[in-house]
Amino acid sequence: MEERKELKVNAIENGTVIDHIPTQSVFQVINMLSLNECENQILFGTNLESKKFGKKGIIKVSNRFFDPDAVNKIALVAPSATLIEIKNYKVTEKKVVSIPEKVNKFVKCVNPNCITNHEDVVTKFTVTDKQDVKLQCLYCEKTTARGNFTFV
Amino acid sequence: MKNRSLVSISDYTIEEQLKILELAAEFEKNPRQKILEKHVVASLFFEPSTRTRLSFESAASQLSAKIVGFSEAGTSSVSKGESLKDTILTVSNYSDIIVMRHPREGSALYADEVAPVPIINAGDGAHQHPTQTLLDMYSIMKTQGRLDNLNIAFVGDLKYGRTVHSLVMALCQFNTTFHLVSPVFLKLPSYVKQHIKDKNLTYHQYTEMNDVIPRTDILYMTRIQKERFSDPIEYERVKDAYILRLAMLENAKKNMKVLHPLPRVNEIDGDVDSSPQAYYFQQAKNGVFVRMALLASILGVVK
Repeated sequence: MEERKELKVNAIENGTVIDHIPTQSVFQVINMLSLNECENQILFGTNLESKKFGKKGIIKVSNRFFDPDAVNKIALVAPSATLIEIKNYKVTEKKVVSIPEKVNKFVKCVNPNCITNHEDVVTKFTVTDKQDVKLQCLYCEKTTARGNFTFV
Repeated sequence: MKNRSLVSISDYTIEEQLKILELAAEFEKNPRQKILEKHVVASLFFEPSTRTRLSFESAASQLSAKIVGFSEAGTSSVSKGESLKDTILTVSNYSDIIVMRHPREGSALYADEVAPVPIINAGDGAHQHPTQTLLDMYSIMKTQGRLDNLNIAFVGDLKYGRTVHSLVMALCQFNTTFHLVSPVFLKLPSYVKQHIKDKNLTYHQYTEMNDVIPRTDILYMTRIQKERFSDPIEYERVKDAYILRLAMLENAKKNMKVLHPLPRVNEIDGDVDSSPQAYYFQQAKNGVFVRMALLASILGVVK
């Protein structure tokens, strides 16, 4: 008998699949991309089996394609994620996310006494460690690490 | 350095820093000059710092500049909820340069981004205080005749002291040997020590200062705050080890000078004041010449 590969999360006709998300970061990615306010059809799964990661998360967003800014943003919480663009049930493009050199506006500085937490200032960071994702604030020079990320 | 803000010491190259020290020496010889008669200096102190403010205002006054500003946020529009951006943009209309002290870290860089006039950072929270670093460098240069190849000892709270971190970083530009004297839990942070190592320089750590005194050219004292100790018994046990007394200077080198960013509480005994090694009040005076040099070069009246 032929073994049938069953999809845990249904396929979409058009849109973007964000795959290989660390399972604990799925909701963070949803928040970062403001998908909770998105009116398109969205399917997601957590704690799915993955050969590479043991467990992974996946998000499928219908009829939406993300610009490079948003892709970089995802890299901050899901550095291993892949973005797969689907048109007519076919993969048209695969993008691997990559941690940018600079991160502007997405993340809040961890230092409660930093000016960016008291005035209407767009945060600016230099990525000092791509492996562990550490960001150094341009203003107060304090480091915000991945575990402490709060998104603007 | 015309129109160039000074937010962090690293905004100026080593040559520019030395140029400021040279100019400061010129102003020390001839401090009363009417070269800033046509200029208005804004002195915005969002938190009180009497010493730094008076030093800047004295520097500006001696060069005949007009001064506008406030000495604490409570007496300004800040207390009505005005944003830093709005205050800076407004005051920029009234002045040629802004000297700013602010309790938030990174506020000086932000002010510099929004202001059409240059900014001098007079302290932004626990972050940077570059004019203190320059006046410390000037004091070392003046008393030792050079900045290269010196033994410099830092004593006290080396963990939290912004002054110490900035000066250590600045002295890493020269061939300095560092002697770091502190209680075990108030040691210099590892990122500052890493910076010393990166420059292939040497540091030694101690918990007592007696052995260090005969070997050092500069003894930079700082205050240990009781609040830093979680255990009051521990504070009582160690506090005396970081108090400098006159008898301890017996074997000090002739050229050795004692510096302190002030205010001191009890970490330098009053008897030390009359010793030839005491230099901290002169150090504070040097701050005025360094600030004159900064105002005059940023406003473009000297090159």
